[in-house]
Amino acid sequence: MKISLTHYWYCFRGILTREYLRFIQQRTRFFSALVRPLLWLVVFAAGFRAALGIAIIEPYETYITYEVYIAPGLCCMILLFNGMQSSLSMVYDREMGSMRVLLMSPLPRWFLLVCKLISIALVSLLQVYAFLIIALLVAVEPPLWGYLSVLPALLLVAVMLGAIGLFISSWIKQLENFAGVMNFVIFPMFFLSSALYPLWKMQEASEWIYWICIANPFTYAVELVRHALYLKFDSVAFSVTLATTLVFSVLAITGFNPQRAAAGTGKKPN
Amino acid sequence: MSIEVRQLSFRYGKKAALKDVDFSLESGQFCALLGPNGAGKSTLFALLTRLYAMQNGSIVLNDLDLQKHPTQVMQQLGVVFQQSTLDLDLSVQQNLAYHASLHGLCGTQARLRIAEELQRMDMSNRAHDKVRALNGGHRRRVEIARALLHQPSVLLLDEPTTGLDPKARKALNHYVRQLCADTQLTVLWATHLIDEILPEDRVLLIHQGQLLSSGTGHDLCELSNKQHLADAFEYLTQQTDTAA
Repeated sequence: MKISLTHYWYCFRGILTREYLRFIQQRTRFFSALVRPLLWLVVFAAGFRAALGIAIIEPYETYITYEVYIAPGLCCMILLFNGMQSSLSMVYDREMGSMRVLLMSPLPRWFLLVCKLISIALVSLLQVYAFLIIALLVAVEPPLWGYLSVLPALLLVAVMLGAIGLFISSWIKQLENFAGVMNFVIFPMFFLSSALYPLWKMQEASEWIYWICIANPFTYAVELVRHALYLKFDSVAFSVTLATTLVFSVLAITGFNPQRAAAGTGKKPN
Repeated sequence: MSIEVRQLSFRYGKKAALKDVDFSLESGQFCALLGPNGAGKSTLFALLTRLYAMQNGSIVLNDLDLQKHPTQVMQQLGVVFQQSTLDLDLSVQQNLAYHASLHGLCGTQARLRIAEELQRMDMSNRAHDKVRALNGGHRRRVEIARALLHQPSVLLLDEPTTGLDPKARKALNHYVRQLCADTQLTVLWATHLIDEILPEDRVLLIHQGQLLSSGTGHDLCELSNKQHLADAFEYLTQQTDTAA
């Protein structure tokens, strides 16, 4: 039987449906993923509100509260945790069985992995929107159209982070558990970016931290989302995010090796 | 020939897992892949299913080389893995629909195929149950139904009776044999349990990565001058251990 374009479409739809069904089955995971950014928004931001003066910076047109400033960074934090967690489990332990099923499809492996990354990303967006709705309670009120214009930005960022996660799981053997990824990837990526403080604040504090933030792709992801949420387009942030997504997708897909994953679980085939 | 494996070798680093494995299976044949744990059965399956990249040798399915025509070969292959790969929190129907979509089946066509296979497995009334609610034997049946959804010509089962009680093991073995007889499906059934093999079955005996014999169970007994298959198996594998 010849493979047609509809095969590809059905396959993508099937993978997306499965991710969605698993998502709605795992409500506790959904809520616990929301608790983390909400704590930052409500507790951390409340404490810092007085300590940190935010000048009028792009894309905001007035003085803003600290909650408003960190909300886009926290949206990206949700995507960062989800992307890393999902990619890690694609390669190791729990998901390996379902990866085997996925790889039994006759369609090319690169296509299956791209579908998986996009599906995970789309499902993660539901969590981001749930967070943004709750954030209304602490007066994080972007323009109504911002909720729509931020969608493609969030999707691109989610795919980028999923691809980085898959790349890390495939290439860096030492980081095969989530604690390692959290300490050496998630936290440095998040803290050394513009998620919590504007870059000029970072520069005031330390020149070299500022330069690390400038080199961190997560900074551009956060700025892309921040601008899109307020109906602005940051072309530099978009270009860097897109380029990072493409580079890491290619590296992740070429480096994906189910054989190493099987060995990583300690269940080396007999 | 349905499957032709030629000079297949595979190494994990310096350790050889398969050494020049050579065999062929005819269409509609039930063949047991027999070997103790660590013999190389799962490695052979991982190569047959394209999960591992081939290092040496060739695999041909219905005249199509796996390396040259992976898409066409995978369309003809149904696989039941050793460990369950069903989503426990999804229903039987949802699990099967997912697999159908991976093979390009959707909508009415997928629903029809799912209904057909579930009926054949006598599982139609469990379609909307969560997999978690099924017992081990029924889960295996669902996995076989899933592997057959896209109507493959070859079915690979990697120790499918793992974790099943003796009654369920026997029933599953009987069921797959019946399927093989009814549909001309070629079946490769990996196992380390002698009681799943009949003397007249074709048996590929694998040990320490080498294919020791590829005749029938009777041939194995003759080769080792033993009356029972279990004794023949023990004798032949021990001989290799001594030689090594």
